[in-house]
Amino acid sequence: MNILYFLVGCSLFMALVFLLAFFWASKTGQHEDTCTPAIRMLLDDELKKTDEDQVQD
Amino acid sequence: MKTPDPTTTSCYHCGEETDGRTLRSDGKTFCCQGCQSVYEILRSNELCSYYTYNAAPGKNRQSSEIPAYLADARIAATLLDYQDDHLSKVTFFVPGIHCSSCIWLLEGLHRLNPGILHSRTDFLKREVKISFDHRVVNLKEVADTLAAVGYPPLINLQDVVRENHSKTDDTLVRKIAVAGFCVGNVMLFSFPEYFGLSPFEGNLKVLFSYLNLALSIPVVFYCGRDFFTSALAGIRQAKMNLDAPLALIISTLFLRTLFEVVFQTGPGFADTLTGLVFLLLMGRYTRQRSYRHLSFNRDYRSYFPLAVTTINEGAERVTAVSDLQTGDRIRIRSGELVPADALLLQGAACLDMSFVTGESAPVTRSSGTVIYAGARQTAGPIELEILKPVQLSYLMSLWNDAGEPANGKSRSFNDRIAAAFSLVVVTLAVGAAAFWYAAGDQAKAWSAFTAVIIVACPCVLALSTPFTLSAVLSVFDKWGFYLKNTDAAEQLANCNEVVFDKTGTLTTSKGRRVNFSMSLTMGERQLLTALAACSLHPVSRQLCREAAFLKLIPVEDYKEVPGRGISGTVAGHQVCIGNADWVFGADDQSAGTHLLIDGAYKGSFSFSADWREGIAKLAAALAETAGIHVLSGDTAKDRQTLKKILPPGTRMRFGASPHAKLDYIASLQQAGRKVIMLGDGLNDAGALRQSDFGIAVTEDVNAFSPGCHAIMKADALAYLPRFAGLASDAMRIIKWSFVISSLYNCLGLYFAVQGTLYPLVAAVLMPLSTLTIVIFTSTAVRICAAKRRLSL
Repeated sequence: MNILYFLVGCSLFMALVFLLAFFWASKTGQHEDTCTPAIRMLLDDELKKTDEDQVQD
Repeated sequence: MKTPDPTTTSCYHCGEETDGRTLRSDGKTFCCQGCQSVYEILRSNELCSYYTYNAAPGKNRQSSEIPAYLADARIAATLLDYQDDHLSKVTFFVPGIHCSSCIWLLEGLHRLNPGILHSRTDFLKREVKISFDHRVVNLKEVADTLAAVGYPPLINLQDVVRENHSKTDDTLVRKIAVAGFCVGNVMLFSFPEYFGLSPFEGNLKVLFSYLNLALSIPVVFYCGRDFFTSALAGIRQAKMNLDAPLALIISTLFLRTLFEVVFQTGPGFADTLTGLVFLLLMGRYTRQRSYRHLSFNRDYRSYFPLAVTTINEGAERVTAVSDLQTGDRIRIRSGELVPADALLLQGAACLDMSFVTGESAPVTRSSGTVIYAGARQTAGPIELEILKPVQLSYLMSLWNDAGEPANGKSRSFNDRIAAAFSLVVVTLAVGAAAFWYAAGDQAKAWSAFTAVIIVACPCVLALSTPFTLSAVLSVFDKWGFYLKNTDAAEQLANCNEVVFDKTGTLTTSKGRRVNFSMSLTMGERQLLTALAACSLHPVSRQLCREAAFLKLIPVEDYKEVPGRGISGTVAGHQVCIGNADWVFGADDQSAGTHLLIDGAYKGSFSFSADWREGIAKLAAALAETAGIHVLSGDTAKDRQTLKKILPPGTRMRFGASPHAKLDYIASLQQAGRKVIMLGDGLNDAGALRQSDFGIAVTEDVNAFSPGCHAIMKADALAYLPRFAGLASDAMRIIKWSFVISSLYNCLGLYFAVQGTLYPLVAAVLMPLSTLTIVIFTSTAVRICAAKRRLSL
């Protein structure tokens, strides 16, 4: 059963990693605006030279 | 992909009907010069994708002048979020943001102006964060870039004094995360104990109990710290709050766990302890829930400019409003606001005093008179000498006079019950301990004492209020009624007087409807509107607003004499608008505003109040349970109309200054009444703040509204009686959940007084009772809402 000591340590460590990841996310403001990114991902980043043609179609 | 067909007569940019007069460019039609110029800018910068995401994305196009003072580095610095030797960051509030095209364009600003490095939009808050190189562009040029594409930022004094809410919010979230982490792990380490460990596993048992103890240390000393500080603060002020018994329980749980683990007499209560703190923090989070895109703490600064032009020995310079000193000379141009009480030195003042008095008709003042802060000049430039600094001016004293925000005044149901609750618990605990001590069983006395305190946990009580009220809040916001926080809902339930402001609350915010004494043709109205558009006089602006759908025609030979009238040549016609004296020449004193087109008299026009629909019904419904009052800054001209609309017994007061409104509310409160105030403008701000529940009524919830407890969409006004009813239902639900939680407490006490409370019982009882309450409150609120026809 000695393996349990190791596993307990592992599980605590993993949970700590997730906790720290959450801290990092909240510190970098990833929870601040939850609405705009959802819209932003639908927009094209790169500008196409043919924008005008598309409009006229 | 929807794109408007260029052959139709709607504007390619804003989608409005072009009404025959079209401007053409690239085979696309535009309704006006403004729309066309935005299109030209976008096309020359290859930003036409703007039109592909939405049809007519420019429908919110606004045009407004960016104040020149932004070019001044000192003034600009007050607005910046961050600055180093080359990079500046600024956050602008852009009211025009409304669709994904807006986001796309505003995040591509760097293509329009090479000085702009990066921009990010916050859609809900309608904010754009912009990073720019201030060696290449200044703040004014950045704002001008926004204005050029139809998204002018709104800049006012409040932006300088930005409140920082996000910080406190963040620590709470972090505490919940830590508590959640600990409670999860503690649960895992407690399971073996519940299921029973074989004697070989004694070492594991010791390890788990120490791990549990270690995990509960951050929960008590980091996550739970607020309960201790708040309880201590309450005791110091001799006001017991709900945090006092909670702090007692947390410390009892922790001490008992510590003893049991160190002396290996039992497994301890780490699971109950961490679970309790986690749930309590969740309750706090629910209570703090707020609308991040709405602001409830605005004051006069939202309406005031950042800077004004001062004159020093003949030279004009820009001075920040907050730096104005007594004796400074300032120059106010047409359309600008007088920022502080001042003496008029030069020029004809024709002032719109609606901020100060609520009276919308303009007043003329001659030099030598005192002009109060908040007056807006509508004629030519004037020069004034400052008499008082901004903060000490007449209008600002509203914020100093109003009492403490009403939330602090009355104690919530929870706090009132907390004192009685603590007393009962402590008595029971001491009683149980004394009984076992007398019976000679010291160990049991100690365990019974702690067990009673643990089991009598008012956890459910602490959770039922935030959960119930937050369910109520989410019903409200579906119907266009946004409360500042859950405490405000409790205030709403207790009110028994309703005070209405007249202009903008009982009437629509446009306020007036124009009535012509003689009927005019469409063409004639067009001429009038074109002429009126040249003037900033409130009557002219009203006339323009009435005819917003008409397109403007250029005016020649424009002439304006403040206080008398305006004239000009529109499309070859001589048009004249003004008082009798102006239109007919001297000696005629008949009232009203008269019209003359090409020398022919076209009658006069006047404005009548445009009452909101359903006011009579609303007032009648409210009168069943509360007293109705009307407070108006206007003259008594609408008294008779109001008497017909409102139920008998309505008290009305006209000509009330902002301070008089505040005093009126205060006098009602002194008579022991709880007051709801409904208002819309800066002149109601003092009264809104003083009242027990201030509601700002607005057409657009994102627009600036004065500081208040709640913001209400104008069309939700008719539901106010239902909202108030639901709030009092909620208070009843909270009392019922108190009964339910007491049942659980009694069950736990049965074990506790016998000194046989096993940790598993405590650990099961607590989440079970919490779950019951969460389900009970949310279902009950839904049922009550459906009964009041406010279903989600």
